[in-house]
Amino acid sequence: MSRDSIFSKLRASLESVGEKTLLPDFDDSALVSKVRTTGTPREAFERNLTAAHGRVMDEPGDLIDFLKIEGLALGYCDPSLMETIGNTLVSAGLELRTTFERANYEDYRFGITRATGGIAETGSLILDDTVTSDRMAALSPWVHIAVLSESDIHRTLPDAVSNLGPSRNIIWVTGPSKTADVEGILIEGVHGPGEQIAFIVA
Amino acid sequence: MIDHQLIDTYAREISEEKQTSVITGSSASTEKRKAVLFADYEDPDSLRKLAAKIKDHTLHHLDLYLEKAEESLIRNGVKVHFADTEDDARRSVLSILRKHDVQRLTKSKSMASEEIHLNAFLIENGIEVLESDLGEFILQLDGDEPSHIVRPIIHKNRREIARTFQRAGIAADYNDDPEVITRRARVHLREKYMQAQAVITGGNFVSAESGRVVLATNEGNSRFGLAPTKLHIALIGIEKLVPRDRDLGVFLNLLGRSATGQQLTVYTEFISGPKDEGQPSGPEEMHVVFMNNGRTDVLASNCREILRCIRCSACQNVCPVYRQASGHAYRSPYGGPIGAVLSPLLFGDRFPALADLPKASSLCGACNEVCPVDIPIPDLLLRLRDKAKRDHIPQPGDLPMAPFATLATSPALWRTAMTMSKAMNHLPIEVAPVRPLQDWLGQRTLPEWRGGDFRKWLQNRRKA
Repeated sequence: MSRDSIFSKLRASLESVGEKTLLPDFDDSALVSKVRTTGTPREAFERNLTAAHGRVMDEPGDLIDFLKIEGLALGYCDPSLMETIGNTLVSAGLELRTTFERANYEDYRFGITRATGGIAETGSLILDDTVTSDRMAALSPWVHIAVLSESDIHRTLPDAVSNLGPSRNIIWVTGPSKTADVEGILIEGVHGPGEQIAFIVA
Repeated sequence: MIDHQLIDTYAREISEEKQTSVITGSSASTEKRKAVLFADYEDPDSLRKLAAKIKDHTLHHLDLYLEKAEESLIRNGVKVHFADTEDDARRSVLSILRKHDVQRLTKSKSMASEEIHLNAFLIENGIEVLESDLGEFILQLDGDEPSHIVRPIIHKNRREIARTFQRAGIAADYNDDPEVITRRARVHLREKYMQAQAVITGGNFVSAESGRVVLATNEGNSRFGLAPTKLHIALIGIEKLVPRDRDLGVFLNLLGRSATGQQLTVYTEFISGPKDEGQPSGPEEMHVVFMNNGRTDVLASNCREILRCIRCSACQNVCPVYRQASGHAYRSPYGGPIGAVLSPLLFGDRFPALADLPKASSLCGACNEVCPVDIPIPDLLLRLRDKAKRDHIPQPGDLPMAPFATLATSPALWRTAMTMSKAMNHLPIEVAPVRPLQDWLGQRTLPEWRGGDFRKWLQNRRKA
């Protein structure tokens, strides 16, 4: 009933619109920030993610050092990433689980999942339901490590929009979870990760 | 006779502490917005003109795009509902929750739900509702209302929040360090997310072409609300549509920059249906409730440009009246210039009660200058002032005109009145037992009455 009533009201309201605006066409380049996209996509990605307080790494040693300094000993790893990175972490003495148990969500201090790609212009990571092994593992631990290939970094935001693909859930993550609700003071790690790491593989 | 506008009372009675919070918060956001837009683009103006055209086109063909969005969503496996009135929207949400026997849920910030007071309604019906945006969570604990679209607790300081946490049992002791406050909320809220049986969100944009619902947050609260739960309900105003996915690029570039000076909000989620089959976390069922609640009336009015609004709050931040009076002075979920136009229109039956809002502006034009969809807010304010006049809504300053008319049409009477009124200079009228007069004089000092002096001067001048 509401449906019919909304549509009939809509049509009646639109009769009073004199000249109807045409759908404008535009060039994607009009949306792109030149300063944010200078350099190679990899360089721009690193620069913009760092500006959003995220971290970019490509050496397992750096990641191991970071986790140890932060005192984070136990984490989750997407089973398909054990070979790429997980086993190296295990041999360095870190403990990894390949299932995310809801009941013990606070046990996981870091989570390693795959990203579908990145956006150089904004420093965003693209997580896609069909590729993320578990949304909870990419969200609940204090540190999220997203593994992505350098070749999957889109140069611009419009490029990433046109390559969204068919997945029913995609999220762009640009740095750690943030709030400025209390007196405008920036605090990271509100609900989601307090540290967002992009781990780039060839 | 009305001697002042209600919004003035708020501005006058606001505490200095609260006003400082509002002024500091809103001016900081204004500066960040400008810095990022002009650093990133040579001509940010052309971007917002483009956004305005896309929105106008969508609004002028909203019947077609709404139908298209419905088709796309159904194709993706989403259940689509329509709610014409505030009451329809509340009942629609409740019936979905009842069908799934939901007893507790979390909610991420949604202006549409504020509009229809959804929380109070669901709580009355026995459902535990928890706001998960940090600011909204604090407001809920306080029984307070948001005073800003993007920073709902802009009017509060850390000391008030620390006291609230202590009182509500979120924290055992008083600690007003913003980091400690945030960590305490983190621990409390994630337990609630894990127990919730459903999540209610709004929607920043919906692409008619693909049915993607876009949610933008910085905290990640909508993502955390969605991940552990089975049921997702998105309550969305019918004006939130854009035609194509590629249009989303235009608006996402403008939203974060205009709202908080960020190039992009931290979490930008594109949801076009329930979770993927292979994904262990996320809703198995998704419902979209498209809400009208007066929007078709706005579309029929001469103020339809206001429906372009993407709720970025840039106009609130820059507005000198908002900064002085704070959001609560606008007596609706939408404060500041956007609220001064939208609220009297959207809550049509309340127009007389909110007719003072369009008058609370010096028409300085700053709101239009910062608007990412180029809404001509000062023009719309004038159109609403005109409407108030045509609808004969009493306005401050309206005087009973009959006695004046009698005086003004009789020169002899006028002359006598002018001279006789000099007696006022010697009478203690500020203590006259007339309440409106006392109120009026409470804020003003009358100049000395000099009635008739002009005539005398003119006559003497002729003689000379």
